Amino acid sequence: MATQEQISQLCRKAAEMRAHIVAMMGAGKAHHFGGSLSAADLVTALYFYKMRYNPRNPRWPERDRFIMSKGHSVPAQYAALAMIGVLPLEELASLKRLGGRLQGHPAMHLTPGLEGCTGALGEGLSYANGMALAGRILGQSYRVYCLVGDGEQQEGQIWEAAMTASKHRLDNVVVLIDRNRLKAMDAADCSKTMDPMATRWSSFGWAVREIDGHDMAAICQALDWTDTQRGQPSAIVANTIKGKGVSFIEGQAAFHNGPLTEEQLQLALAETQSACQWVGHSCPAAEAL
Amino acid sequence: MTACMETRFAYGDALLELGRQRPEIVVLDADLYKSTRTVVFRDAFPDRFIDIGISEADMVSTAAGMAASGLIPFCNSFAMFVPGVCYIPIRTQIAYPNLPVKLVGSSYGLTQGPDGASHQSLEDIALMRGLPNMVVLSPADEVETRLATFAMADWPGPAYMRTGRYGVPRLFGDDYRFAIGKAVRMRAGDEVVIFATGHIVCKALDAAAQLSRDGIAAGVINVATIKPLDEAAVLEAAARARLVVTAEEHSIIGGLGSAVAECLAETTLATPLLRLGVHDCFGESGLADELLEKHGLQPAGIRAGILRKLATLQ
Repeated sequence: MATQEQISQLCRKAAEMRAHIVAMMGAGKAHHFGGSLSAADLVTALYFYKMRYNPRNPRWPERDRFIMSKGHSVPAQYAALAMIGVLPLEELASLKRLGGRLQGHPAMHLTPGLEGCTGALGEGLSYANGMALAGRILGQSYRVYCLVGDGEQQEGQIWEAAMTASKHRLDNVVVLIDRNRLKAMDAADCSKTMDPMATRWSSFGWAVREIDGHDMAAICQALDWTDTQRGQPSAIVANTIKGKGVSFIEGQAAFHNGPLTEEQLQLALAETQSACQWVGHSCPAAEAL
Repeated sequence: MTACMETRFAYGDALLELGRQRPEIVVLDADLYKSTRTVVFRDAFPDRFIDIGISEADMVSTAAGMAASGLIPFCNSFAMFVPGVCYIPIRTQIAYPNLPVKLVGSSYGLTQGPDGASHQSLEDIALMRGLPNMVVLSPADEVETRLATFAMADWPGPAYMRTGRYGVPRLFGDDYRFAIGKAVRMRAGDEVVIFATGHIVCKALDAAAQLSRDGIAAGVINVATIKPLDEAAVLEAAARARLVVTAEEHSIIGGLGSAVAECLAETTLATPLLRLGVHDCFGESGLADELLEKHGLQPAGIRAGILRKLATLQ
């Protein structure tokens, strides 16, 4: 269970992560601001609270695994990996640059710390199941966390994987739904019915909790709760705000993958940076700019 | 007349052998384990076998996660569905990171027979050949299928192999040494050289025998590895031949015919090429032998196609 002090620290880490995300994306180029920012609290809780992970040995066989199934939000994971020392912080500025290791979507063979290749949506949960099944076959006790986008649940393969995980009673699999209600063009439910989401997961045989995906205490509590589930996989439906942490990006589908003007960048940096300061922490990436 | 065997049976038996030798081998199937013959592995190693159900994309993505965790998974379905249904996860999660997932497409091609066009994969080689890191195998008989199964398990990256539901005679002896990327001369003859693959190798051998009675020296080369193509074998044969022929149970677009054409087109050789296969159309229901005959892939059809082409070269 997370202490109040831990929760405060985690909130600082999440604020720092958001500042890194904005700083690495910069102005003038289309980037996946919205989904990276909405997932920042969830990713922070995984890397700084929940996962058994040794940054000095990212290939440690017993490590817990994190799969960013909604691969376009990988900047949040890059930030986490840089903050724990798996990647150099300076490297974040090379995001999506030719010849760099930080691809627009996750490339496990290029970037230390990444566990899989995603980007085409819908594939990550099956992959997480495969890692969990391998852990069972190999007698290893690691857990596999998989972050799935809200709109991503429109891909049928997610539900194939959901049925596979419950059939095989994969209690070492945890799915986190970044329920930010938006997809690339508009609201997720413009195209398909998305409610009732929690009921869907439970009817597919999963233990389900629905939380505020920006409430760090609730996230930690829900992650702890997944440890106690036996004989079935766990799903955390995390209600989030796309673009959380930058006022003019929040709730805007245009920033699913859109560019900031220089003026907007300065505003976004100021907002995320002041959030870092507000929680009493300085952000090197933001200061460097 | 030697007894015929379907290569899918040889594959199933080889998988069982592999399972005994190597604990990291796991097998996934998509509700076709009796057809694909992974049932043999399933019965022997139930803890290392997963019938994922009718969800081929889920199967290959799951296998990718297993491969990233130290296992060597073999994924199985009809060749129509693996790779057909699951091209994108194969591309993103297996080929791109170069993970050692082994894909086996069973009951390939026209010889799938009565089920018709929906089940007759004539484009699977084209799909897999275009992927970086992917090896594409199409063995000709039981012996080669067994050895190709072992070879793909040893190969450090991803591989796709076709296995058939059509009896073919044994073409290789016990001393045969299979190597990925190596084409094998099956019959001498330099005037016409037929590059054949899979079920069509035995048909090409019969066609070549008929051509020799016509006074034409036709050689046959078995191309069990379509990617990487044994370009040296193609160039060596083409340098001496009047006509190079490809023969395959696949569309002439994207398969062995394309691979050989691409290879020849970048040389200074002017050797004419004849591509035998399925000519940009779908299959249909029918018996395997009827379908092969309709598409000119029985020995008589191969011979006739070659004679027609030679006549244009006079």
